[in-house]
Amino acid sequence: MNLTLKIWRQKSASDKGKMVDYKVTDISEHMSFLEMMDVLNEQLVNSGEDPVAFDHDCREGICGMCSMYINGEAHGPDRGITTCQLHMRMFKDGDTITIEPFRATAFPVIKDLVVDRTAFDRIQHAGGYISVNTSGNTQDANSIPISKHAADEAMDAATCIGCGACVATCKNSSAMLFVGAKVSQYALLPQGQIEAADRVQNMVAQMDLEGFGNCTNTGACEIECPKGISLENIARMNRELMKAAIK
Amino acid sequence: MSGFFKSSIGRKVAMALSAFFLMFFLLQHFAINILSVFSADTFNEVSHFMGTNPLIQYVLQPVLIFGVVFHFVMGFVLELKNKKARNVAYVKNNGAANSSWMSRNMIWSGAAILAFIILHFIDFWFPEINTKFIQGDWSGMHEGVEGYRYFHELQEKFVSPIRVGAYVLAFIFLALHLLHGFTSAFQSMGYTAMHKKTLQNIGKAYAIIIPLGFIFIAIYHHFNHIH
Amino acid sequence: MALDSKVPKGPLKDKWTTYKDHINLVNPANKRHIDIIVVGTGLAGGSAAATLAELGYNVKAFCYQDSPRRAHSIAAQGGINAAKNYQGDGDSTYRLFYDTVKGGDYRSREANVYRLAEVSANIIDQCVAQGVPFARDYGGLLDNRSFGGVLVSRTFYAKGQTGQQLLLGAYSAMNRQIARGKIQMYNRHEMLDVVKIDGKARGIIARDLITGKIERHSAHAVVIASGGYGNVYFLSTNAMGSNATAAWKIHKKGAFFANPCYTQIHPTCIPRSGDYQSKLTLMSESLRNDGRIWVPKNMDDVIAIREGRKKPTDLSEDERDYYLERRYPAFGNLVPRDVASRAAKERCDAGYGVNATGEAVYLDFASAIERYGKEQAKIHNIDNPSKEKIIELGEAIVEAKYGNLFQMYEKIVDENPYKTPMMIYPATHYTMGGIWVDYNLMTTVDGLYCIGEANFSDHGANRLGASALMQGLADGYFVLPYTIGDYLADDIRTGKIPTDTKEFEEAEKEVTDRINFFINNKGTKSVDHFHKRLGKVMWDKVGMSRNEKGLKEAMAEIKAIREEFWKDVKVPGTANEMNPELEKAGRVADFLELGELFAKDALERNESCGGHFREESVELDGEQKGEAKRNDKEYAYVAAWEYKGEPSEAVLHKEELEFKDIELKQRSYK
Repeated sequence: MNLTLKIWRQKSASDKGKMVDYKVTDISEHMSFLEMMDVLNEQLVNSGEDPVAFDHDCREGICGMCSMYINGEAHGPDRGITTCQLHMRMFKDGDTITIEPFRATAFPVIKDLVVDRTAFDRIQHAGGYISVNTSGNTQDANSIPISKHAADEAMDAATCIGCGACVATCKNSSAMLFVGAKVSQYALLPQGQIEAADRVQNMVAQMDLEGFGNCTNTGACEIECPKGISLENIARMNRELMKAAIK
Repeated sequence: MSGFFKSSIGRKVAMALSAFFLMFFLLQHFAINILSVFSADTFNEVSHFMGTNPLIQYVLQPVLIFGVVFHFVMGFVLELKNKKARNVAYVKNNGAANSSWMSRNMIWSGAAILAFIILHFIDFWFPEINTKFIQGDWSGMHEGVEGYRYFHELQEKFVSPIRVGAYVLAFIFLALHLLHGFTSAFQSMGYTAMHKKTLQNIGKAYAIIIPLGFIFIAIYHHFNHIH
Repeated sequence: MALDSKVPKGPLKDKWTTYKDHINLVNPANKRHIDIIVVGTGLAGGSAAATLAELGYNVKAFCYQDSPRRAHSIAAQGGINAAKNYQGDGDSTYRLFYDTVKGGDYRSREANVYRLAEVSANIIDQCVAQGVPFARDYGGLLDNRSFGGVLVSRTFYAKGQTGQQLLLGAYSAMNRQIARGKIQMYNRHEMLDVVKIDGKARGIIARDLITGKIERHSAHAVVIASGGYGNVYFLSTNAMGSNATAAWKIHKKGAFFANPCYTQIHPTCIPRSGDYQSKLTLMSESLRNDGRIWVPKNMDDVIAIREGRKKPTDLSEDERDYYLERRYPAFGNLVPRDVASRAAKERCDAGYGVNATGEAVYLDFASAIERYGKEQAKIHNIDNPSKEKIIELGEAIVEAKYGNLFQMYEKIVDENPYKTPMMIYPATHYTMGGIWVDYNLMTTVDGLYCIGEANFSDHGANRLGASALMQGLADGYFVLPYTIGDYLADDIRTGKIPTDTKEFEEAEKEVTDRINFFINNKGTKSVDHFHKRLGKVMWDKVGMSRNEKGLKEAMAEIKAIREEFWKDVKVPGTANEMNPELEKAGRVADFLELGELFAKDALERNESCGGHFREESVELDGEQKGEAKRNDKEYAYVAAWEYKGEPSEAVLHKEELEFKDIELKQRSYK
């Protein structure tokens, strides 16, 4: 199929940036979206133009590196996938596809479609861990029984890949789904109880400091999340923070 | 605790708490107003009680005013912060793909409701305050009106079709606001309302029935007023 | 130079304990005067960085991704082995050790593997304490599953995302240390050379991938944890950015490269669909527990299927060739990875591949669905269930077991694997070879360590499922923190290493010159063009099955591609900006050298062992006819290569492997 691509080009963080049109031809419907981008870049390199910079790595939907806003949706029109898992069969011959970087003040553009998501790392530094030494002198793993239900729920929260689609999708650029998922993982496990109050307070404080917006409960993040992280995690974070405030 | 209400989540909780209060107020306001359809006398009795009871006038009324003002001010404060969280807008954004119109436009439905409330205050509340607190007339009577004045005043207001139209429009916005706001308030309080069918249905019922009721009252009085 | 593995004396099971009792320690007050660089933040690098920082060293950690959490360890699906014996099925440290050595086809170092088995149990304790949500049973205790090639259930797992959860555990431990200021994290940085001063590794040259700035970083020791080199094949299950540059640079500076030819080709990957393909996707080996692998018996059917005239479901049972069940009746579809992969290649080479590229076989769940369906009907007391009911019940069970994999397959291939057989083909997955290290995990350069997939140590010629995660974390959490202290104990008075010395200057100049060369070369062909050509040579001639002629050709062809690359490569943009093409150029330049050494090593090892299959070394008769034949008499050694300029001139050093606690046996799956 033949496509018109409207892509955000921006040379560097300080550059202004603009949308530029490109044409690609003979795109196979079996290609992944990023393979289509590879075709475009090969074309640009061969014609002496600067290829489009975009983040990507594992190309199997788990590393969380790829991050495009395609036709007005994070990771494009399909559900439960990242951009690298989006396939061209979702598009039709002659389509025009708009491709933009994830937009949020806390995710400044580095180049073209590449954004800086280190704000997520800093939120994790604020408390996204259990303070246990990695010395190997911990207690036996089975001495902490955990109900299957709690373990499964913690696992569901922990499957977040930190891609930032929630922020990109949210009309307020809120990071609540991301932070909620991390807070929830530990809040659901007995190991996480000891630092629970400090953790949620510190992580939320850092989230606010980074300039992410607030939650309006539109539920868009949950729908666009490639891993289907539930809104329940935001609710749980709210409860945890209230609990911590009352303490 | 003060730290809590400075946090983004704390502010949402405050929004939700004020919303609960306002939704409860709306319910009781509706309950009283609907009486006007059935019996002018009962409506007058209850209105006079509400208008002269010291507990309501000196405690609940200030709380209500604070709740209304807080909900609006905080709503705009949060909206401003949220706008700042995305300094460059998308060229193409397909919000409809993942969220309802209501949820994305709370600020606009809210602003419409604010405009209505100003009108409503000019219509009812300022005259009331004037009569009671400035003129010192707590009798509930009015020259040339038999019995209490409340029902009469209510009817007078709905003579103008323009005003009735404005009321109808405002209540449609209120319905839209509530269609998202009802469940959203629960969600902000830490209850995953967005996933609970029953609560969603209660929310929908509330968001449609109450505004529809108010619209009915306005239209009813428009067509049934005594010249 | 003679290779000294520095394996401690004494009985196998006491070596590690005795070693720990006698090494030098660095006092806590002195640790804060010592800097350590860790390159790579996967399971090995992440866990090492966290632990070293926790002990009090100043750690500088580097990763090319935008966050340490994205290292490719995150993609591991299946699980992690540990000799916990929670299931009471007879597991022990010795059994895990035995299985690993046997699975590695007796080409690993006994003492290292035993230590790995010994610390494996600690890993699970550690990870649970960190909040890793492993799967649990209804009693709240940890659940286990069984993996290929072993007789016990010792694999711990977190759904199909075990690698992700373990990596996030290590990442959380790192975060704690970053918050304390003990780890300085350098995201989007790529190490481009190691700096040696007086024979010791004392720092690295790194490029900031955002600004293009070349930076000097000094330390008292350098740890390389940069993963494997599977991307030498261009197409692999590795991440796009996975590269061998750090490993190759230290090789060029004196670290020996061991057993480069040992590569694991994983049998259950989604086949290639066209030339544009950028990477291959792996599906967990667990699928072979229930899937039956086949190709059509008759060539007519193959052609009909390729042309779309027939569907696989149209073929009756006796028109199908379940070749694994036919060739290996005892193990059937559950033969080890290398055997399954070669068998698929054999059928496809014979022309029986079922997709357009001719490189795919079927993995069929129809019998499993029927079997589970009948079982369920009995359980639910359904008499004379209809065929539809059986399928419905069976599909539900298959979905519960493999639902996420089936969904992933459907997203990529656009076919419903419940209704039509999956298509699979082997793909490069893991490299057992790597930088040679001694028992201390130190390379042949003093103060330069190598851990995780980047080193050669524990898996011999073939890695068992769920062992990679175990090794990465064992190295980082439990082994390196001890062994590196023994070395650093001599460095407490050294003081900060200055970066304004001529060694740093020279190394930086070398790096800058190379970058400038790429930018100024103005050739005509893109980096990917060369990478794809290299990959094709590697896959065709140094892939699942190798022979002398092909390997010699490969060496010559790779050399020719390399020469052309240096003449004609085209890198757009500048050096002082984010430039992904420039990054790729450097990586591919290194792959083009590594590939040749890889072929040379494969040529030199004229035996079949594990992932390395030499067509010249097969059983000629008897029950095992045509199967891989290992040659312990001549090849029971580690081939460690010393860099001498051209890869073809690399010098071989042998570390003889001694097996005192295990009897060497030929593997049989018939």
